[in-house]
Amino acid sequence: MSADHATPVSTAGLEASRAPATAGAVPAGRRPGGRRLLTILLGLIVPALILLAWHLSTASGFFRPSQLPSPASVLAAAVDLVERGQLATHILISTQRVVLGFLIGSVLGVLAGALLGLSRIADVLLTPTVGALRAVPSLAWVPLLVLWIGINEDSKVTLISIGAFFPVFTTLYLGLRHVDRNLVEAARAFGLNGVRLLTTVQLPAVVPALFSGLRLALAQSWLFLVAAELIASSMGLGFLLTDSQQTGRVDRIILAIILLAVIGKTTDALLGIAERWAVRRWA
Amino acid sequence: MTAVLAPGSTQPSTKQALGVHFAGLGRSFGSSTDRRTVLRDVTVEVRPGEILAILGTSGCGKSTLLRAAAGLDVPDSGEVLIDGTPVTGIDERCAVAFQEPRLLPWHTLQANVAIGLPKSSSASAGKAKVLELLKLVGLDTFAKHRPREVSGGMAQRTSLARALARNPGVLLLDEPFGALDALTRIKMQDLLLDIHRAQPTTVLLVTHDVDEALQLADRILVLGRGEGDEAGSTVSELVTVPGSRPRDRNSADLGTLRSSLLSLLGVTGH
Repeated sequence: MSADHATPVSTAGLEASRAPATAGAVPAGRRPGGRRLLTILLGLIVPALILLAWHLSTASGFFRPSQLPSPASVLAAAVDLVERGQLATHILISTQRVVLGFLIGSVLGVLAGALLGLSRIADVLLTPTVGALRAVPSLAWVPLLVLWIGINEDSKVTLISIGAFFPVFTTLYLGLRHVDRNLVEAARAFGLNGVRLLTTVQLPAVVPALFSGLRLALAQSWLFLVAAELIASSMGLGFLLTDSQQTGRVDRIILAIILLAVIGKTTDALLGIAERWAVRRWA
Repeated sequence: MTAVLAPGSTQPSTKQALGVHFAGLGRSFGSSTDRRTVLRDVTVEVRPGEILAILGTSGCGKSTLLRAAAGLDVPDSGEVLIDGTPVTGIDERCAVAFQEPRLLPWHTLQANVAIGLPKSSSASAGKAKVLELLKLVGLDTFAKHRPREVSGGMAQRTSLARALARNPGVLLLDEPFGALDALTRIKMQDLLLDIHRAQPTTVLLVTHDVDEALQLADRILVLGRGEGDEAGSTVSELVTVPGSRPRDRNSADLGTLRSSLLSLLGVTGH
C-alpha cells in the first residue's frame, strides 16, 4: 500500500481543535477515593441513628423486651446461634436457594425474552400466554408446586425461579422490541443479518436494560425465598422467622430481618457493580 | 489514482464505479384501502462515476428511491439495475450513509468503520483499511474514541468512512450533511468531492439543499408531480449542472439554474 494514497483530505484542523472539549467532558470521572468513602459514611448516618434510637428506647424501658429486645440482646441471640452452629446453616442454605433460583430463573428469562423479543411469530403465539402466567400472583403456585414436587429444595428453588423469571423476561423482551430501528437498519444495510446482527447490534443494545431486569429479579428472589421458607422448611432465614414466631423469640426475628436486609443489600450491591461496568461498556 | 481505497482490500482490484438504472420504479405505502402512492414510473439512467443529486420537497420519495437502490426497500413495480443486474435484497455493491450517523454507541469509531468492511476481507487487511479510511476522513487520532465522545461532524465522517469501507460501486447518501451546522457542512462537501476525485464511485446524493446539489452534482434529478394529476412523484426534471467543480457559488449560470430549481420545488421569488 502506497503512502501517498493515505493522505488525509482537508478538514481535520477545525474538528481536531474542537474535539478536546467534547472528549474531555465525557469520560465520566472516576471519583477520588476520599469522595467515595465520604459517600459511604454519609449513607451510614441514618442506620447509626436508628440503632441509637433503638438502643435508647429499649434501655429506657419504653419498650418491654418481649415487644422489642435491645440491640445487645439481638447480638447475643446471634452469638448464641453461631455457637450452636445454626446461623451459618440458615444463611448458607438461604443464599444457596436464592442463587440457584435466581440463576435458573434469569437464564430462562433471557431465553424467553430473546425468543419473544426477536421472533415475530413467537411473539404473536406466546406473548398472551406468558402475559396471563405473569398475572398469576406467584404465591398461587405454591400449592401446586408442593403437590407436584413436594416439600423439598426443588420446590423452593422452582418458586424462586418463577419470581426471578418475569423481571428478566419483561425487561429483555421490551428492550429488544425497542432497539433503535435506525441502528438495526444501518447494520442490515452493511450486510449484517441473523446471528451477526443479533450479537453486533441487538444484544449489546439491551445490555443495560437486561442488568436492571437482573437486579429486579434478585430482589424478587429474596422475596420468594422468604415466602417459600415461611411455608414449609426446616432451615433458612425464613424458617428462622416462623420458628422464632412460634417460640416467641422476638430477638431472633429481628436478627433474621437484619440479616435479610444486609445480605440482600450486599448481593444487590455486587450486581450493581456489574451493572455499572456493563453500562459503561455498552451504553 | 483509483487505487486510493484499494490497498488493504482483499479484492483483486478496486471495484469500478457502477451504473444504476431505475426502470419504471413505483412504490406506494399503506393498506389496500388507504393506499398512498409515493413514487410512480421513475426511470433514470445514472452513469458510472457520476454524482447525481436527487432533489425534491419533503416526503416526495427521495429516500424511498435511495432505499430501493440499497435493497432496503422493495418497489411495487419496476426494478433497479446496478451494472445491468437487478437489485434483490441488501446489495453488496452499494453502501449507504444516512442523515444521522447511526453508529453503534458501544463501539469505537474504528470498530464502527469496520462494520462496513465486505465479508470477504481478512482481519489484518480489514484493520489496515479501516485505519486508512479514518486517516482519509481526518479521524485517525480518534480511532479509539466512542461516538458520543466526538462531535456530530466527526460522527458523520465516521459514517462516511464506514460506507467507503465497503469499497462500493455505488455510494448512496441520504441527506448526509442535513443535520450539520453550516461550516461543518461545507467542509464535509469538500471532503466528499476529494473522496470522489480519489475514487470515482457513482454517488447518489439525496438532498433538500439546492445549493448543495449545485456545488456537488454532475446532474440533478428533481422529483415532483410531473404533468398530469396522478398521485406520487416521478422525474420532473433531470438537468446537467454547467461547469466543472469546484464551482463558483456566485456564477450567473448557477444563479439562473438555482431559481428554476427552486421554482420547480414550489419556491418562487428567489
